This record gives sequence, C-alpha cells and structure tokens, in this order.
Amino acid sequence: MTIDWSRIRPYGDTLDDGAMQLSFSLPVPYGEEAREAAKQLVGKMGLIESQVYHMKDLGEGYTYFILYANCTHSVDFSKIHVPKVEAPIMGFEEINQYIRKHIKRKIIVLGACTGTDAHTVGIDAIMNMKGYHGEYGLERYPEIDAYNLGSQVDNEDLIEKAIAYRADVLLVSQIVTQKEVHVTNLTELVELLEAEGMRDRFILICGGPRIHHELALELGFDAGFGPGTLAPEVASYFSQELARRKGLV
Amino acid sequence: MSGKLNLDHRSVEEARVIAKEIAEEVDHFISARSTVSIERTVLRLFGVDGVHDDIPLPNIVVDGLLDAGVLHRGVAFWLCNAIVQTGKTPQEVAELVAKKELSLVDLPVTSEEAVYRTGERLQDAMLDKIFSHRKLRDHYIKKLSEGRKPYLYLIVATGDIYEDVTQARSAARLGADIIAVIRSTGQSLFDFVPYGATREGYGGTYATQENFRIMRAALDEVGEEVGRYIRLCNYCSGLCMPEIAAMGAMERLDVMLNDALYGILFRDINMQRTLIDQAFSRMINSYAGIIINTGEDNYLTTADAVESAHTVLASQFINEQFALLSGLPETQMGLGHAFEMNPELEDGLLLEIAQAQMAREIFPNAPLKYMPPTKHMTGNIFLGHIQDALFNLVSIVTGQGIQLLGMMTEAMHTPHMHDRQLSIENAQYIFRNARHLQDEILFRPDGRIQRRAHTVLTKAVYLLREVKKKSLFTALEEGIFADVKRSRAGGKGLSGVIKRSVDYWNPFECGLRERLQLSIRGEEG
Repeated sequence: MTIDWSRIRPYGDTLDDGAMQLSFSLPVPYGEEAREAAKQLVGKMGLIESQVYHMKDLGEGYTYFILYANCTHSVDFSKIHVPKVEAPIMGFEEINQYIRKHIKRKIIVLGACTGTDAHTVGIDAIMNMKGYHGEYGLERYPEIDAYNLGSQVDNEDLIEKAIAYRADVLLVSQIVTQKEVHVTNLTELVELLEAEGMRDRFILICGGPRIHHELALELGFDAGFGPGTLAPEVASYFSQELARRKGLV
Repeated sequence: MSGKLNLDHRSVEEARVIAKEIAEEVDHFISARSTVSIERTVLRLFGVDGVHDDIPLPNIVVDGLLDAGVLHRGVAFWLCNAIVQTGKTPQEVAELVAKKELSLVDLPVTSEEAVYRTGERLQDAMLDKIFSHRKLRDHYIKKLSEGRKPYLYLIVATGDIYEDVTQARSAARLGADIIAVIRSTGQSLFDFVPYGATREGYGGTYATQENFRIMRAALDEVGEEVGRYIRLCNYCSGLCMPEIAAMGAMERLDVMLNDALYGILFRDINMQRTLIDQAFSRMINSYAGIIINTGEDNYLTTADAVESAHTVLASQFINEQFALLSGLPETQMGLGHAFEMNPELEDGLLLEIAQAQMAREIFPNAPLKYMPPTKHMTGNIFLGHIQDALFNLVSIVTGQGIQLLGMMTEAMHTPHMHDRQLSIENAQYIFRNARHLQDEILFRPDGRIQRRAHTVLTKAVYLLREVKKKSLFTALEEGIFADVKRSRAGGKGLSGVIKRSVDYWNPFECGLRERLQLSIRGEEG
C-alpha cells in the first residue's frame, strides 16, 4: 500500500477510511433530537457515516456525546512547513563549555510566570537546581546565572528586573489560561519592550503547554518551547543565539 | 497504635507534642498583633458592606485609622464610639466616613463603658446569626441527607458566576457533594475583597459576598431537587483571609481552604501576616461549622512525592495544632495530601497507599482532603483518566474524607462540563465497586507498605524537631517546606501588620473565644 502524501486522511484500520473519534457537549436537552443535532453538526464538519455511540444527560438542558465518523477532508502533507528552533541540542557539560569558550562570561537568565498565572511547574522544571526528568535546571549550570522570579509577575516588574540584573535572556512561562489570556500577557511584554526601545537587548523566549515556536515568532518572541521541554534544549538555543548575535561565532 | 500500619504510637505522640510547642510559640507572637484584614473583618461582622468610588467601605475606614496612627487600638473601639456619639448604624457611620462627612478620631469619647457595651451587643447579635446558619445547615442535612464519604468535590471555574451556577447545578445533578468555586488567579494578592456579582475572571471567579449568595441559593435549590445537601466551598486564603471567612460564615458556606502556611509558600505572602490572619480566620470557620481544607497537597507539586512525603505529614501536624488553638474540632479539619506519585515509578501505588493510610490512622477523626494527580498529568486524557481511577481506588481503600475529583483535562484547561461528568462516573464506579474493600485488607507486617509509612513518620518527627529547634519562622526562611524559601520581612502584606496596644479591643475575637471555650490569650501568661 502506498501512501499518497498529498492527500492524507485520518486512519482507523484501513488506509483512507477517515476514522475519527469526537466527544463534545451541546446545550440541548437529552433525547433523540439531541442525537440528530450532534450528527448534523459533524456532517457540517465534513464527517460522514457518523454514529453516536454514547450520550449522557448532563442536566440543566445539556447533553454529552461520544461519536465516531469518517472524515471526507484531506491535507497535503508534502507541502507542510513548520518553523522549529534550529539550534543543535547540547548536553549539560557541553553547554557550559560552549559558554566558557564563546561567551567568556556567565549568561544571565531571568525566568517568570507572568500575569495572573500562579502555576510555576513549567518555569520550575526549567530553572530549578534539581531540574526535571533527570536533567538539571538552569540554576545548576555554573556558566549561567539563573533567577526564577516565580509566579504572578507583572510584565513591568519583569522588565525592571531584567534591566537591574542586566539579563541576556528572558524566559516567560504561561501554563493555565482562560479566554486566551496567555496570548495577551505575552503580547503585552513584547509591546512594552518595543515601546521602551529595548526589544533587541534580550533573547525573548516563551514556554508552556499551549506554546509552540511558530506562535512564539508570531507574537514577537525569538523562540517558543512546548510541553515536555527540558533545560538543555532551552540553554542550547540561547547560548548559541547569544554567541551569534554578539558575533562571537 | 492499632491499625493496619503498625505505626509507632510514641512517634505520633512526640510529633503532636512538638507541633503543639511550635504552634504555641507562634501563637504568642500572634497574640500581640492584628492586621488590616482582621480589622476589616471586624467591620464586616458589624455589618459594614458596600463600596464608595469602587473602594470597599471596610478598606476606607481601616486605612483612615491606620493613617491616623490609631489602628493599634482596634477598629471596633472607634466605630462603636461613633455609634454611641451619633446614634447611627455601623453601615451609616462607614458611609459618612467614606464621604468624609465624619471623622472617627475627632469624635469625643464620653463613655468607654457605653462603647464596649455597644460592641458587645452587636457582636452577640452577629454571632447568633452565624450560629443560626449552622443550625440551618444541620437542618438541611437532616432533612435532605448528604453524600457518603468520600464526598465528591468538584470545581467550577468559568469566571462568570452565572455560568458557574449552570455548571454547578449540572455537577450536583450528576452526583457532586461539594462545589468549589475556584477564585480568579490574582485574587489572593488583592488587599481588598471585590464587590457584587462578577462575570469576568481568569482561571476562576472572584470571591465576593454577592457571588457567595448567588451560588448558595442555586445549590440549595438543586439540593432540594436531588434530595441531597450540596456543600459550597471557597478559598479563605491570601491577603483577605479573615474577611473571606466572615463572608463565608454570613452566607453559609460549608468548606473553606484555610491553610496556615500555603499563602507564605505559594503566593509569597508575608509569613507574619498570614500566621496572624489564619488564627482569627479559623475561629470564625470553627464557630460557623465550616470544614477547613489545608494545602499540604501543594508541597508535592513543587517537591517530589517520595522524597518530601514527610514534609506533608509534618505540616499536617502543625496545621492541626494551629487549628486546635483556634478552637477548630478535628471533625472540621480537612487536612490535605495528594496523589502525586510519578507514574513511571515501580510500586508507586504501594507508596501512595502507605501515605494515604498513614494520614488516615494518624488523624482518625479528620475529613482528610485528598487531591488528585496534577503534576504528572500530561494532556494524554486517556492515560489521565486511568491515573484518576487509581487515585479513586486508593481513596476508597484508605477511607479518605473529601475527594477532589481529578479531571482528565488537568493541565489543559479549567474543566468543561462533560469532564466533570466523566470524573464523577469514574469515582462513583470505583467507590461503589470497592466500597468495603478497606474492611477486607490488612497489610503484611513489615512489608513494603508498612515500612514506607514508618519511614515517612520517622522523617516527619526529625523534621518537626528541627523546626522546633529553629522556630517556624526560621524553618520557613530555610525552605524546609516545598523547597520554597521565604524571608520573615519579605513577601506581600507586611505593612498591614499592626502591634496591638494594651487597650486593643476586638469584640468578635472575645466573643468567639468565649463561645468556643478558648482561654483568653495573655491571661495565662
């Protein structure tokens, strides 16, 4: 069987069957009309032969569905291009050596969870001495001065500290979000820096479960890292980027 | 000590004695101080509410006295004197102060006797009212019945109180016993309580007295329909801890997050401020019959669940003693812990059972609050649902009190309506199918589970000894809990701490101490 990369469809157990599973709720009372509403809705999404396998009355006039259907749409995989952080990933020792050799001083990194977000798991995983998943955090790197400002940091405060500490790199984490507030927070930081004419002074990096590199670039950051990122990936990127910017490599 | 873990009862006793000494030392410190939030609470309990130019009246009155340099005597004295002098109600007095038509400190004091009598009369009436709410709760529970333990605790967090009501009513119909309205994430750092019904928040909904009222009415209504009393929970933490306690007592909330250390560690609130605030908050919660939940579970979101289990236990001992000093009975102590074992760990379930059973045996009368996996939830909702199932199993096997249901979408977004349904279904299935499993299980003498519990207890006793030697303040400075270091004068809210003068007066504290049969501090030396 040859896969046609220009016409990719979901796969269940037969190539091109388009099989998909969905679950969602509708603000309609439980019953046969609800089932029909769910089927009509997925029909408009290009899903055919839909089957509601489970329906549950959530009370208050809401109904939950688990539904399977076949997707009629396809995508052209051969034309997809996703921007990624290109820097090769180095290990703990290698990064420290790289900084000693090329930068010849410690890199100063500030990390913070900005806005109202109080969840520090992300920034802690990258910054904390102990690190995460067997990888030390930036605080452990002898060639990096890492300062974790914690949660609920105002963008203004972050900038103030960034100037005071003469930071090279700013790491901003956004974990819990509602109504896209993480995007607002991130955009505001870029705007504030631009207004002060300081955007180019820092390597600006964001991270979190809803962040990816492409989004980060769109928002005016230099790089973005998604969930599961470990400290060496981030440190590899900013040490090489800093060396490049300073014309040291 | 009997039980399944063969715990060393002398170690448990020693831990209690040390924790008591630690808490008493801090209580000595607390008894000489008040805070702006405690004074605002006094005003709220006198019936002062509302805003002037968007600033809450309690803030305007208290800030005025602080600026005048007379708050050390307590707001009650100045307010009650104004009532005596003008014949107006507390609310009217506060409104006049806000409009700058009355200055509390410029009024003559003609009879201190009359001032104290006025305060005591108003205090008595408010505490009677709070007690009547407690009676009403008991009446509802008797009439409607309540869910079986572990209570199913579900959160709503849409940011809009009216949307929250829809989600909460749906959850109640599906089986929820407790509805917690998560607060908007910034609120713990506000040094005021927002006012009125609110429809916008981030990651949650503002705690306001009107929002409490709206949700209370909705849950009473749906509770009648489903024939089960539905408890309401909110968050009595942050810079306005005692004010929220008072609002909860006045609006018949049933459960409140109320930890002695949480704000210090996780919100960087000044340690003096929080420790002083928690003492008065807990007296209010105690008298209102509100179950408090403590926040030890959070330690394991920053520290490791295996390495740091003993810090959870040590903190539970400390929280227990602080609660007792505020007259809170064991049956209202929802001491917290959490299922945060790394799923990659071999025998993680055994360690988890050991720790949950240990908490059960050491605090036999406490409605333990058990938190679901959060740190190791990944976005793989299907695996997450199984992690939550194991969590539910441990809970029913070890007899936990309050089950904070895990959501498969943890770490992704605040729960959608059907996330709640799936998690209730998960818990109900496991609780029903394994209801009496705990009666059939014994743990192998000196087996993995018993050994684990012994290790954690032993380490907790060592830690408590260390904290005692250094004092709690120093221990917090050194980062003993949750790997978080906080300085004594750092963090938010220290400027709101005031030293009481010798004639300081808080009639509600006096009244609560009397009704809770607590000794009057200072009199015992």
